[in-house]
Amino acid sequence: MNVVEVRGLRYRYPDGTQAIDGVDFHLEAGECVALFGANGSGKTTFVLHLNGLLTGDGSIEICGVPLKPKTLPQIRTKVGLVFQDSDEQLFMPTVLEDVAFGPMNQGLSSQDALHRAAHALEDVGMAAAIHKAPYHLSSGEKRRAAIAGVLVMQPEILVLDEPTTSLDPPGRRDLIRLLRGLKQAKILVTHDVEFAAALATRAVFFEHGRVAGEGTVGEIARQFNWHSRPEE
Amino acid sequence: MHIPDGFLSTPVWGAFDVLAIPSFGILARRARRDTDDRGIPLMGVMGAFIFAAQMINFPVGPGTSGHLVGGTLLAITLGPAPAAIVMTAILAIQALVFQDGGILALGANVFNMAIVGVLAGYAPYRLLKNSSGIFIGGTVSVLVSGCFAVAELMISGVPMPAKVLWLTLAFFVVNAVVEGAITVGAVRAIGRLNPAWVPSAKPGGRLLAAVASIAIVLAVAGFLIASTHPDGIEILARAQTPKWLHAWFPDYQVHGISSPWLRRSVAGLAGLILIYAVCMAAGRWVRQRSA
Amino acid sequence: MHHVVVESWSRRASPLHARDARAKLGALLVFLIAVSTTAPESQTAFALYSALLLMAILFARLPITALLRRALLVLPFSATFGLITWLGGNPMRAVSLGEKSFLSGLAALLLVATTPLAELMRGLESLRVPRSLLLVIEFVYRYLFVISEQAQHMRLAARSRGSSFRASAGALGVLFTRSWERADGIYYAMLARGFNGRFPSFTAGRFVIADAAFLIVASGAAIAVRVVM
Repeated sequence: MNVVEVRGLRYRYPDGTQAIDGVDFHLEAGECVALFGANGSGKTTFVLHLNGLLTGDGSIEICGVPLKPKTLPQIRTKVGLVFQDSDEQLFMPTVLEDVAFGPMNQGLSSQDALHRAAHALEDVGMAAAIHKAPYHLSSGEKRRAAIAGVLVMQPEILVLDEPTTSLDPPGRRDLIRLLRGLKQAKILVTHDVEFAAALATRAVFFEHGRVAGEGTVGEIARQFNWHSRPEE
Repeated sequence: MHIPDGFLSTPVWGAFDVLAIPSFGILARRARRDTDDRGIPLMGVMGAFIFAAQMINFPVGPGTSGHLVGGTLLAITLGPAPAAIVMTAILAIQALVFQDGGILALGANVFNMAIVGVLAGYAPYRLLKNSSGIFIGGTVSVLVSGCFAVAELMISGVPMPAKVLWLTLAFFVVNAVVEGAITVGAVRAIGRLNPAWVPSAKPGGRLLAAVASIAIVLAVAGFLIASTHPDGIEILARAQTPKWLHAWFPDYQVHGISSPWLRRSVAGLAGLILIYAVCMAAGRWVRQRSA
Repeated sequence: MHHVVVESWSRRASPLHARDARAKLGALLVFLIAVSTTAPESQTAFALYSALLLMAILFARLPITALLRRALLVLPFSATFGLITWLGGNPMRAVSLGEKSFLSGLAALLLVATTPLAELMRGLESLRVPRSLLLVIEFVYRYLFVISEQAQHMRLAARSRGSSFRASAGALGVLFTRSWERADGIYYAMLARGFNGRFPSFTAGRFVIADAAFLIVASGAAIAVRVVM
């Protein structure tokens, strides 16, 4: 079954620009798909629809559940979104409290939530940073804490928006290892072709709010000249 | 302007701690009503913004630079009640983490800068709705906060020879004008970046703002008079009080307190509290009428 | 920056760090009131208060000189009025103003240097301080340094281009806009993890015998000095 099924999505910004102009998209269980495209092509705007942060026209189904105001709480448990800016994602005073935020909203007691949060942080290798303030973490640590905060809600789908932003090469490596070990279906919005190639089996290219191409990472990179080598 | 601990006498810091609580409560309830779910993170981030903005230098003359205080800017962009909450949070952090301002004196500092300062800054803007309103708001906000702080110190018996008093007030006037200028500049710059931005303006606020302005001016004037002339209130009382009230408070001072500074403190404070209570009641009456 | 030091102090371990935030807060308030109401002439009282604080610093296993240096930050304000009071013919009062504000500042510093802010907020919440205020305080503190760093970068960039009132106002405008957008991002992140309008509250720890004992002993000592001297 497809865990994500999007048909005919359209979205217009308040100022009138058509940000998403008829997008069909599907994601299978366990699959990892990369979304490429120029800045402003609509890829981030697109993923914000998957958990109802933005509402457009068209139909969206997550794990067979249609996205509606009534089903939002359920859907937000199934879709785990890791934002580009980790500082915006880690808003609680300590890492542990932040990771416990999701479970507490899911109805767990504070004790259980903190317990689960501690485990999730262990799983991403952040056990030592449990009582630290997010401000004191490195970019890579913040990223991992943010991922823990999403994983702890046990989602079926992970969406990561530009996850390699401000990561150094070892940080990227660690992130690839971490993501490879996760069985959730994944959507990677990224400019980092190398990173995508290491993880994604499929790539979708966005252009002006539409899907301009689909294929493997290598095919799409070749088709759209999506690389940073000036000689070619 | 942050008064440290050790300067205010016990009746003064005690009274303001007590006074600040219900005042803050009213503003907190109002803020909850006027903001949606975004309220808390927005107020928090804007508070952090003010902290950071206070670091930015504004060249105002050869070799001198001014800094933003921010109460008026917050009131204009968030609304007066949320602005008061944010300023209170800022003052609490400044007192606790940076030891800028005392803990016992927190009530007085909150009253001066987060409540009266914010409302005094908002009222002119709400009434005039233009750059002059913003400028006057910024100016009055700092001036009023400063006057209250000075008055509280004087009532507490901190010696203030006339020359020093005028120097301090002159210092506040300069800072006040700088605040007005910076606030106008900031609002203009923000408007340039966000043409569609509409600062919050609650309906029915004009009358309330007018009442607040008059009340604040009266309160400051009254407070200063009370603190410099402890007999002033007595004279005023004698001239205006009806006979029966006079019988209850023959000297308009509380009997049974032997220490003269205590008597003076209580007298001055009683006057202020009375004026403040009248303002709150008037404000509520105005709100009910315009609702 | 100062905060980093205080924050790292607050996460250490010591008998004082282990005490409940409410006990420390109570002791602080009693101490502050005692100091504040002490007559200016009672220099022995001030000496004894200092001794109490010194014992607390040792109890907290914190570096004495660093702590004292931090507490000195309170003096510029007191110094001005102290000077005026001295010139006004009351040297005793002038000195006592400086002593009182220093001792009060040091005591407050001790509280935050032995209590992580989140813990202090939880304690205050159990003492019925309005949640909205505490939440805003936590958010302000959380983003205080992030946005200040942003402002620092902007200052450096602006200085290399020459400074003017208009440039500073522009910088403020940019900082404001970025902060407002950051607030939007935070709100989205909150919604994405199921936020439904109510912030989760974490319960404060239990108030144990050791906490009560500390509160009684510390307050008692301060009161004793105040009453006897």
